[in-house]
Amino acid sequence: MSSGWQAFIALVKRDLLLAFRHRGELLNPLLFFMMVVTLFPLGVSPESSLLRTMAPGVIWIAALLAGLFSLESIFRSDFDDGALEQMVLSPHPLSLLVLAKVLAHWLVTGLPMLLMAPLLGMFLSLPAPGLVAMELTLLIGTPLLSLVGSIGVALTVGLRRGGVLLTLLVLPLYIPVLIFSTNAVSVAVAGLPIDGQVYFLLALLALAITLAPFATAAALRISLS
Amino acid sequence: MWNMIWLFFHKLASPKHFYRISGLLIPWLAAITAILLVLGLYLGLFVAPPDYQQGESYRIIFVHVPSAWMSMFIYTFMAVLSAIYLIWNIKLADVMARSSAVLGASFTLLALATGSLWGKPMWGAWWVWDARLTSELILLFLYMGYIALVMAIEDVRTAARAGAVLILVGVVNIPIIHYSVEWWNTLHQGPTVTKLDKPSIHLSMLVPLLLMAGAFQFYYFTVVLMRARAELLDRERRSEWVRELMGR
Repeated sequence: MSSGWQAFIALVKRDLLLAFRHRGELLNPLLFFMMVVTLFPLGVSPESSLLRTMAPGVIWIAALLAGLFSLESIFRSDFDDGALEQMVLSPHPLSLLVLAKVLAHWLVTGLPMLLMAPLLGMFLSLPAPGLVAMELTLLIGTPLLSLVGSIGVALTVGLRRGGVLLTLLVLPLYIPVLIFSTNAVSVAVAGLPIDGQVYFLLALLALAITLAPFATAAALRISLS
Repeated sequence: MWNMIWLFFHKLASPKHFYRISGLLIPWLAAITAILLVLGLYLGLFVAPPDYQQGESYRIIFVHVPSAWMSMFIYTFMAVLSAIYLIWNIKLADVMARSSAVLGASFTLLALATGSLWGKPMWGAWWVWDARLTSELILLFLYMGYIALVMAIEDVRTAARAGAVLILVGVVNIPIIHYSVEWWNTLHQGPTVTKLDKPSIHLSMLVPLLLMAGAFQFYYFTVVLMRARAELLDRERRSEWVRELMGR
C-alpha cells in the first residue's frame, strides 16, 4: 500500500471523525434541503399535477443549494487552524488530499440527502420511476457538484465574506448537471429510458474526478500564498 | 530573425516598453476602428437590402452578431492570457486579462440586449429561454464571477492567480455548458455565416457584417490597450519609469 493511499484513508477517517464529533451540524444541510422543498407547495400551489412536473427541478435545486452552502465549510476550519497549510506542505500530492476531503464531505452531506430525497419526492407526488431516476441522478450528480464546488471554495477560502461570492462563481458551472439530472427524472416519469442522460452525467463525473482536484489544489496554493 | 522576434516579445512584456509601444499603436487602432465602423454602418443600414422575411428589423444583426462573437473571443483570449500568466508569470498578461473582463462583460450584455430587442418582433417576446440566449446569459455570469473574484481579493498577485485559475476552469466548462443548454432547448436560427462552403447569407449583408465584426475587434484592441495602460500606471506607480514619466 503506497503512502499516498494511506494518507488518503487517514484524511477521510479524520474528516469523518471530526464530522461525527459535531453531529449537530450534520443535520443543518438536510433541514435546509427539506425546508426549501416545503416552501414550493406553499408558494406555488399544492395541486399534485403541478407539483409533479416541478418536482425534479425543485428537489434538484434544493439539493444543489444545500450542498453548496455546506460545501463552504469543507476547507474553512482547516484554513483557520492552519491544518490546511500542513496539508499543502506534506509530501503527498495535494490533489489526492483534496479528493479525500471531498469524499469525506460527500459522505456526510451528499449521502444523507440521497436518503432523504425519496421522502421529498413523495411530498411532491413524484411517481416511483421518477424516484428511482432521482436517486440515480443524485448518486452521480452530488459528488460531481462537490468536486466542482471545491474549486470555488478553494478560491474563496481566504476571503472574509466568501459565501455569496462562492455561489456566484460556482452556480454557472452547476448548470449542465442540473439540466441532465432534471431531464432524466422528467423523462423517467414519462416512462422513457434515461440511459443517455446517465451516461452523460457519468462522463462529467469522470472528467471532474480527474481534473477538479488539480484545479482545487492549485487554487488552495494560491489562497494560502 | 527568430531572435529579433523573441527580443521584441521580451521587450513587449516589460511594462515600460509595453506602455510606449501601446501608446504608439492606439491612434492607429482607433482610426481603423472608426473607418470600419463608418463603412460597416453605412453598408449595413443604407446599402444592404431589407430581408424578405424579417424586413428592416434584421439590421440589428450588424450589432448583435459581432458583439456575440466578441463576447466569446474575449473569454477565449482571457483564457490564453491566464495560461500565459500562470505558466511564465508575465505580469502584463494578467493586466491585459483583467482589463478585458469588463469589456467582455459589456459585449455580452450588448449581445443580450440587442438579441432581446430583435426577439420582440420576431418571436413575440422580450425574452425566450432559447439555447444560445441562455448560454450567452451564463457567459455573462461567468464574466461577473471573475470580476467579483478579482475585486474581492485585495492583494494584486493573489487576485491575478486566483482569477487566472477561475478563467481556465470556466473555459473548460463553457463547451459543456453550451452543448448541454443547446440540447436542453433550442429556438434560435442555425448558423448562417460559419458554413464556409455556401453561406446562407447574401453577400450584400455578409460584407457589412464582417466589416462591423472587424470594427468591434479593433475597438476592443483600442480600448483594452487604453485600460491596460491605466492599470499598469496604477500598479507600477512606485517604479522608476512611471515617476520619470510623471515628471517627478
